[in-house]
Amino acid sequence: MIEHLPVLLVVLPIVGGTVPLVASLFTDRAGWPVATLTVFVHAVLAGLLGWTVWTEGVVSYAVGGFAAPYGIELVVDGLSASVVVLVGVVALGVLAYARHAGPHSNAFYSQYLLLVTGLTGMTVTGDVFNLYVFLEITGLAAYGLVASGREASSAVAALKYLIIGTVGASLYLLGVGYALAATGTLNMTDLADKLAAVGYDSTLVLTAFGLMVGGLTVKVALFPLHTWQPDAYANAPDSVSAFISALVSTVSAYALARLLFSVFTVEFLEAVPGARWALLTLASVSIVAGSALAVSQNSVQRMLAYSSVSQFGLVIAGFTVATPIAVVGATVHLLGHAVMKGGLFAASGVIERETGATTVGGYAGMAARAPVAAGSFAVLALAMVGVPPAVGFVGKWYIVVGAVEAGVWPVVAVLLASTLLTLAYFARLVERLYFAEPTIREEAAVADGGASVSTGMIAVVVVAAVLAVALTAAVPALEQVLEQTLPPLLNQ
Amino acid sequence: MIPLQLDLLTTHYNYYAVVLLLGIGLYMLVESANLVKKVIGMNVFQTGIFLFFITLAYRTGGNPPVITDGGGPYVSPLPHVLILTAIVVGVSLTAVALALIVRIYAEYGTLDEDTLEQLYYD
Repeated sequence: MIEHLPVLLVVLPIVGGTVPLVASLFTDRAGWPVATLTVFVHAVLAGLLGWTVWTEGVVSYAVGGFAAPYGIELVVDGLSASVVVLVGVVALGVLAYARHAGPHSNAFYSQYLLLVTGLTGMTVTGDVFNLYVFLEITGLAAYGLVASGREASSAVAALKYLIIGTVGASLYLLGVGYALAATGTLNMTDLADKLAAVGYDSTLVLTAFGLMVGGLTVKVALFPLHTWQPDAYANAPDSVSAFISALVSTVSAYALARLLFSVFTVEFLEAVPGARWALLTLASVSIVAGSALAVSQNSVQRMLAYSSVSQFGLVIAGFTVATPIAVVGATVHLLGHAVMKGGLFAASGVIERETGATTVGGYAGMAARAPVAAGSFAVLALAMVGVPPAVGFVGKWYIVVGAVEAGVWPVVAVLLASTLLTLAYFARLVERLYFAEPTIREEAAVADGGASVSTGMIAVVVVAAVLAVALTAAVPALEQVLEQTLPPLLNQ
Repeated sequence: MIPLQLDLLTTHYNYYAVVLLLGIGLYMLVESANLVKKVIGMNVFQTGIFLFFITLAYRTGGNPPVITDGGGPYVSPLPHVLILTAIVVGVSLTAVALALIVRIYAEYGTLDEDTLEQLYYD
């Protein structure tokens, strides 16, 4: 069974996802137990796969027994294994949160499992068209989940997300078409060889790069292609915001890295400095603009969403610099950001339920009324800023060291400024939480909010805060995993 | 130079259709204020991509990719299969988009983007 692990990870949640829908014939509360069981097994299998990759190296699997490059190949190396484990763990954590916070319908949990399928598929696949299909499965499930909010505004946000997301995915598909025209293959490893044979200055190859990377940056939500993201995050139910903010952009950024290293390779980036600088510029602009927009927000959830725009700029900059240490840093920050941002959204949900506060002004003095959630929020916010010893610090540090090594000084300047910019929006909020007079009267909050908070929800928030610091200890292990993976990817 | 350009004009008309469909689709998607028309624009845009893939597969004088005694150059079946999948994806996306539009209309009573924006931010 072990050799079938990569495909099992995809098949399990998609089969599990049909169960709640069928169960709707008998009961309308079957969703959560089924999803939890499925995601738990999924997480265990993901851990097992991670262990296999750690001890035995790259795992590759030919779907249906058709050998690559003709069939679809699933490839799991250190980089994808760490993302798969992240997907499993976060999905399980968010379920603990959703147990009480809802939504409770069976259809919701079917979509949830579908999203887990899409994310896992995007991570393990070694085929560019297969990646497109999983990208769209992820998209479809995410649109549905965003729309599962009670207010009608969630449907508007979901439609906006759908239209922009579809254009992004379609551009990616068009890029796949150009790559196929140039090489006649869709397998990532095979593409890497054949693209090099076609020549990196070929118009077909350059167009393929532009369209595929451009399409994925829409999904990652880099500025100025981020416009779907704040609405989607702010209007979705809290469980969904926590889940998609932690994983959807993260896995898209992983896919972008996979494209850079496994399909186009580092030689392409060296041969076409224009492509590299274009991506570095996009990432740098994203860092600055995302932070500036975050500072100007009044709603806390919108601020967190714009913060993601900025942080993903950082991750993509790390991947594009493409020195081993920068890539390790980008991976650490990719995983760390997922935990921190998911935790922040979960914490903001708890604070809203306990106190009714949703805006930066409303957060004033709320630390006294929601001490645990506010404490976790503060820890996560400071971790995101990059205060040592949190994992946010390690990731940023490695990216900066990598950028210095590569000698890309403008990027180094932006990276260093980004810490200050992140501080600008988080320090303001933490200061309000602890040192300002409340602006919301207690009675008003109780009459207004009234939604209760479960132990599971608090536990998720606290665990995320603890992980944001404790993951630093796991960085050496991650480095070890990546040490086997990166040299072939970076051609060293 | 002139014969070459003529050659381009006469042999690449499929690609003109592709560019036209992509352009029209994207324009509708961005410019139309009506949400349903936006979704139609999205479909036109995707159709452009489908046509692009199918054109890639074409080979002058190629046989259908079913191996028979005739042999000889076959058209590539791979893009056809890819587009079959992409069409299914497109249909699902349209279905989800229309379902969302039904909900938006039921709630706000309008399909006009500008009116909706006013209601949405109130």
